[in-house]
Amino acid sequence: MVDVYLNGLYFGEVQNGEAFAKQVREERRKGVLSQNVNVYYNHEMNQVLIESDKGRVRRPLIIVRDGMALLTDKHIKQLQKNEITWTDMIKQGVIELLDAAEEENMLVAFDEKELTPEHTHLEITPLTMLGLVTALVPYGNYTQGARLSIGAKNQKQSIGFYAANFPVRMDMDVNLLHYPQSPIVRTIAHDLSEFDKHPAGQNVIVAIMSYKGYNIEDAIILNKGSLDRGLGRSTYFRPVIVEELRYSGGLMDKVSIPDKEVKGYKSEKDYRLLENDGVVFVEAKVKEEDVVIGKVSPPRFLSSLEEYSLASNIKRESSVSLKHGEEGIIDFVLISENEEGNKTVQVRIRDQRIPEIGDKFVSRHGQKGVVGLIVPEQDMPFTASGIIPDIIFSPHSIPSRMTVSHLLESIGAKVGAISGRYVDATIFDCEPEEKIRKELLELGFAENGTETMYDGLTGRRMQARIFVGNMYYLKLKHMVANKIHSRARGPIQLLTRQPTEGRAKEGGLRLGEMEKDTFVAHGSALLLKERFDSDKTVVPVCEECGVIAIYDAFKEKSTCPTCGETAEINDVEMSYAFKLILDEFKSLGVYPRLKLVNKY
Amino acid sequence: MKEEIKEYEEKLNAYLIKELLENAPQSKLKKAAKKTVEEYESAKVDPGEAVGLICAESIGEQGTQMTLDTFHFAGVAEMNVTMGLPRLIEILDGRKEITTPMMEIFLKHPYSTGKNVKELAMELKQTTIGDIAKEYSLNIADMKIQIILNEQKMKNLKITISQVGKAAEKLTKAKITTENNMIEAKLKDNQDLSALYALKENIHDVPVKGIKGIRQVLTVERNGEFLIITAGSNLKKVLELEFVDTERTTTNDIYEISKTFGIEAARQAIINEVMRVVEAQGLNIDIRHILLVADTMTVSGEVKGITRYGVVSEKSSVLARASFETPLKHLINATLVGEIDSLNSVVENVMLNQLIPVGTGLPKLKVKND
Repeated sequence: MVDVYLNGLYFGEVQNGEAFAKQVREERRKGVLSQNVNVYYNHEMNQVLIESDKGRVRRPLIIVRDGMALLTDKHIKQLQKNEITWTDMIKQGVIELLDAAEEENMLVAFDEKELTPEHTHLEITPLTMLGLVTALVPYGNYTQGARLSIGAKNQKQSIGFYAANFPVRMDMDVNLLHYPQSPIVRTIAHDLSEFDKHPAGQNVIVAIMSYKGYNIEDAIILNKGSLDRGLGRSTYFRPVIVEELRYSGGLMDKVSIPDKEVKGYKSEKDYRLLENDGVVFVEAKVKEEDVVIGKVSPPRFLSSLEEYSLASNIKRESSVSLKHGEEGIIDFVLISENEEGNKTVQVRIRDQRIPEIGDKFVSRHGQKGVVGLIVPEQDMPFTASGIIPDIIFSPHSIPSRMTVSHLLESIGAKVGAISGRYVDATIFDCEPEEKIRKELLELGFAENGTETMYDGLTGRRMQARIFVGNMYYLKLKHMVANKIHSRARGPIQLLTRQPTEGRAKEGGLRLGEMEKDTFVAHGSALLLKERFDSDKTVVPVCEECGVIAIYDAFKEKSTCPTCGETAEINDVEMSYAFKLILDEFKSLGVYPRLKLVNKY
Repeated sequence: MKEEIKEYEEKLNAYLIKELLENAPQSKLKKAAKKTVEEYESAKVDPGEAVGLICAESIGEQGTQMTLDTFHFAGVAEMNVTMGLPRLIEILDGRKEITTPMMEIFLKHPYSTGKNVKELAMELKQTTIGDIAKEYSLNIADMKIQIILNEQKMKNLKITISQVGKAAEKLTKAKITTENNMIEAKLKDNQDLSALYALKENIHDVPVKGIKGIRQVLTVERNGEFLIITAGSNLKKVLELEFVDTERTTTNDIYEISKTFGIEAARQAIINEVMRVVEAQGLNIDIRHILLVADTMTVSGEVKGITRYGVVSEKSSVLARASFETPLKHLINATLVGEIDSLNSVVENVMLNQLIPVGTGLPKLKVKND
């Protein structure tokens, strides 16, 4: 007896699991059962699993009977004439969708040539094995599998033309590529997904060579001339949203230029860009600390009687200003009301981003690189025909990663660019390498894609022939402008008086325990002490009771509250964190006593 | 002592002087001695050098390499021994029960030639009744157990039925009778069935022959002589055997070595075991770092691990102990007894942001004011 499970729950028993599963499939193909039912007979566990839940990933396959695909030329003709649709073919039992479990019972042929009577299914196209983004990688069958996944992952991070209505959208943290292009070397997934309606890259000329060592370790060299012509240029949008909140007692926020009496008033300079309604004007150039939306709020604690009676109109400044290191131009201002009926002000800041050293670029094969140097056009190497590459890519990135598809795209796009056509590079179904090579030869180039090049600085011919070709390059959203960070002095934490953490808070770079150990290992005691001086404090300590004393600023003298005026008090230098732990001990009822000794 | 190098007697140790006398040519002896002193002085560790920390870094950095490449010896006729990082941690933690105790038993001359090694090895291996039993039968009516023994196995191991009987009699509370290849155990008083089952389990584990703890034996030929490698370790009992070379026989159980030979031997064992792991991994750690670790682990007279219960608990500073694992425990105990921290070491001074007594922080010099 074979157990049958329906959606993971025990349902009943059947005599013959295999026959039962087969019967279920027949019924499904006939349309008696829903197309969404999948059945799987597990021989080892001796159980039949029937699944009808949502959320399973399923893929379509052509049904094969007696070594013959059920999809015939007749179907294809009908499809071309729009007489039948995809759903019709499923209803006819020509195509069915299998989930991961049911696929285990099946034998799927890769293409028609492979078909034998044992086969149960045939791939519609090998492309269906991949996801949407992975299918966009050209010449995918010429690359190491892992690179295919990396290539897909990188494409998701690329900057492109994400939505046609971007001028009226208030998206959080988006980038927009300025001159997006359609790739020359493409797969059918580009057409199926209408990639040309939302392109995400540019066709560039790539030379695979070194340039003064500035493209070692996956760095790339960019041509300054290309950048001036708009290569890789993008805009970064960031909205600032403010809401006039209502508080108890009929009080509410007010979007306006704060008065000088307002608690926490910044400086006049900071509010200079605001118009009378308290919002910046469009096309204003804003820099860090500049107020974008002026706002005043009621005081935090109404219970504070003094504040309430004496000056009930004392308000608190709560404007939104640009964060440290941020700059841009006010692009769009939207004043409206939200669901709760509160006034909301939305301001979008735009910032043009021209590629700079440290920005990240990638080809579609997981060959990412960071800009290492931007070279003036006249200093770039050039080919015999005068072509100057936009990007110089390091040859060391190729052998270990085995991205042959990267090279194939290069010559493929070269042919496409010169002969003015698109090149099909759909996985397992692409234009053959030989054909590309032959065409390249016919166009008057070396069939292996190499060209004679000349040094831009000296004008000398290079000894080696350089592999040059066209490629579709993507700019990734990781740009240095959003990441660069340094600090000499800056904000500290209230509790420990140590520097704050993180770029957003202009924090310090932590010198951790293991880093500390290296100082100790070098025996550089004084340097270590100096490095940890960030929270240094000098506290008066009572020699008698060993507790921190009080400094009286009027008398310019320290006194100990327990031992009186006569006790001897000395100043001691220590880290604030240690002073804090002493205070914490005291709060726990522990008496930490300092015994002072002269160190020297 | 030669006249020429008399003046160096105090500057060099006895071993170096002996080497000098043996190797340096007579004519250049004085020059060689002078050069040796120079080299010797430059090899010395400077005062205030943070030797402990450098030791920790030197072993720790290499340890990170080890986690990544662990070797597996598939299909090799050696015993499975814990090696690599797990073994290193085990040694440095000073564990009393190690995962794979192992012995290398060297043999005295006539035995080491290889004749009868297999038999000697079998003599070591602990055999229980369960190992040689063929069939059990429980007689519930008479409250007795009958065990039929495998004669072939007994013959191989040179065990007689009477030996089995005697062993069983000693270690169980049942009445034992033997007959041909069958041994019968009958409960003495009227006890219930569970006692009979307990007896069955009990009798199964009765050792008949061999040394307690030696689970497996293997004979190996190394440099022309035969030795026995065992899984499981019992140094004390093995050394009592007359065919064993007591000078070279060893175990990888450091705790056992310390019990049998004393703390100095344990120190050397730590060094040997750590070096073995290090060398097997192809790492390059200077032996002096390991010497320091071994010394620290054994100074107190017993083996202590580098853990919060071991050497760290010996630290004099409360703050230093609290900064390593379980701070509350140390702070509470310090509070209860009113402990004083004299701030003599590194960690506590870093906490206070005071000068650490290491390197340039060590000399206590003051500028004269005049």
